[in-house]
Amino acid sequence: MTGTLVTARRVLAQLRHDPRTIALILVVPCVLMGLLAWMYHDHQPQVFDRIGPALLGLFPLVVMFIVTSVSTLRERRSGTLERLWTTPVTKGAFVAGYALAFGLMSVIQAVIAVGFSIWVCGLDLQGPVWQLIVVAVLAAVLGTCMGLLASGFARTEFQAVQFMPAFILPQFLLCGLLMPRDQLPEVLRWLSDVLPLSYAVDATKTLATSSDSGADVARDCAVLVGFIALAVVAGTATLRRRTP
Amino acid sequence: MTSNITGAGSTATRRTAPGVVATGAADATGAADAAVVVDGLCVERGGRPVLGHLDLRIPAGMVTGLLGPSGAGKSTLMRAIVGVQAVRSGTVTVLGAPAGSAALRRRVGYVTQAPSVYEDLTVEQNLRYFARLAGVGRGRVEEVLAQVDLKSEQAALSGHLSGGQLSRVSLACALVTDPDLLVLDEPTVGLDPVLRRSLWALFDELAASGTTLLVSSHVIDEAARCDELVLMRDGAVLAHEGLDSLLARTGTTDAEAAFLALIDDAGIDDAGEAGPDAGSAGQQTPGSVGRPGPRHGVPPLARSRQDGEQR
Repeated sequence: MTGTLVTARRVLAQLRHDPRTIALILVVPCVLMGLLAWMYHDHQPQVFDRIGPALLGLFPLVVMFIVTSVSTLRERRSGTLERLWTTPVTKGAFVAGYALAFGLMSVIQAVIAVGFSIWVCGLDLQGPVWQLIVVAVLAAVLGTCMGLLASGFARTEFQAVQFMPAFILPQFLLCGLLMPRDQLPEVLRWLSDVLPLSYAVDATKTLATSSDSGADVARDCAVLVGFIALAVVAGTATLRRRTP
Repeated sequence: MTSNITGAGSTATRRTAPGVVATGAADATGAADAAVVVDGLCVERGGRPVLGHLDLRIPAGMVTGLLGPSGAGKSTLMRAIVGVQAVRSGTVTVLGAPAGSAALRRRVGYVTQAPSVYEDLTVEQNLRYFARLAGVGRGRVEEVLAQVDLKSEQAALSGHLSGGQLSRVSLACALVTDPDLLVLDEPTVGLDPVLRRSLWALFDELAASGTTLLVSSHVIDEAARCDELVLMRDGAVLAHEGLDSLLARTGTTDAEAAFLALIDDAGIDDAGEAGPDAGSAGQQTPGSVGRPGPRHGVPPLARSRQDGEQR
């Protein structure tokens, strides 16, 4: 537990020395949402209302995935991880420390992105705003945890960055944004059922169209939490105190 | 911290006297004076043996030098001792417990060959992180910063430091937990002679206060700084004894010549002297091969050139 807090604090201290990364984490989703709103502003504002909430789940997930996978890989490559294994920190505390630090960044990022979309870009949401924030935070934390997991399979930063299209883009294609999931060919629908992003997008779609969203959103969020836990456990399992 | 070589020599004489033994090693049954006991250690990497059935005892409260050419297996042995090396067979016992066990993680300090610190943290933040992980108080950070002469750099971003400063930050991160065993992989590489001298003086101070140090180097001349030498080549221990007895045995005048003589011996007669005999010499009398007077002081300046070449 101490290891988790101490590590989270250290990761945040590192981030503080890197204001450009902080700016990218916080600003990029807002810029993308702004672009999207602007694109549809003149002729099809209803399209922004329909896909905007889903992209509020997707953008933070992508950003956090990259940030986390590269920074944990950097730890592996710089020798600090090997040194850490000679200290009292446990594997679980290490992963949890990273998840906590970047999870905190995710919360700030999600609050800013949702606020910007609704109050600046004029996103018209049927469901409650706080539920959209919860979904966006969970999506970002999921990105963090999947990034931790992916970094376990990458040997170089170069590979880690390429895991983004490999891990995320298939989920993007099948998540129901381009085509409703129930219209997908059967095999692809099954596949989309086991991909986490589908549930984030389902939840945001419900929030976009229905004011009575509570139960559905809660169920999707529970599934997301399950995927987060799975990614943390699997990410911890890829770490080895002893290496060849 | 800036003591001269003669001063360092006197601490060495004090240390080799009987009875000066780190308390931490006392619980190692049957090896009361050994901080590290390596038994039949085999390590393979990519199907190729790196360490072949290695036996070694490292005495407590002394500076043991691990010398040998690049590729001899020094780093692998050190990684096995700190418990991050996947091992094929054999045992490594550190301070009475299996290497890498949870109980040891507060008592063993490890400094990797390349400085392993967070370059996007300040010097002080680096030290404080490792201190907090081990539950060590804030005061210790200040103490160690002074010990490695980095007080004036404590607020600097580690990534902005010179190579020599960075390797001292790396060392400080291990010192901050006040370990009983300090494993240092080439800590003096790339340092100027003055800094190198002061680091060796620090190692002497630490050993005098009961810490066991295992220091690797491919600069054979640094042998003169160690209480005991372990000469390695091709994943095996060629010799383990003090420099004096090594020189006397090989009839040579410096460590490099002695090393070459041992290699020649081993080439002529594999099963003979250099192999098992040298190993047991270290095991029987790890503390008794003391040096009578000051150490063989090779002028520090003479070393830096060689350092650069071998690197």
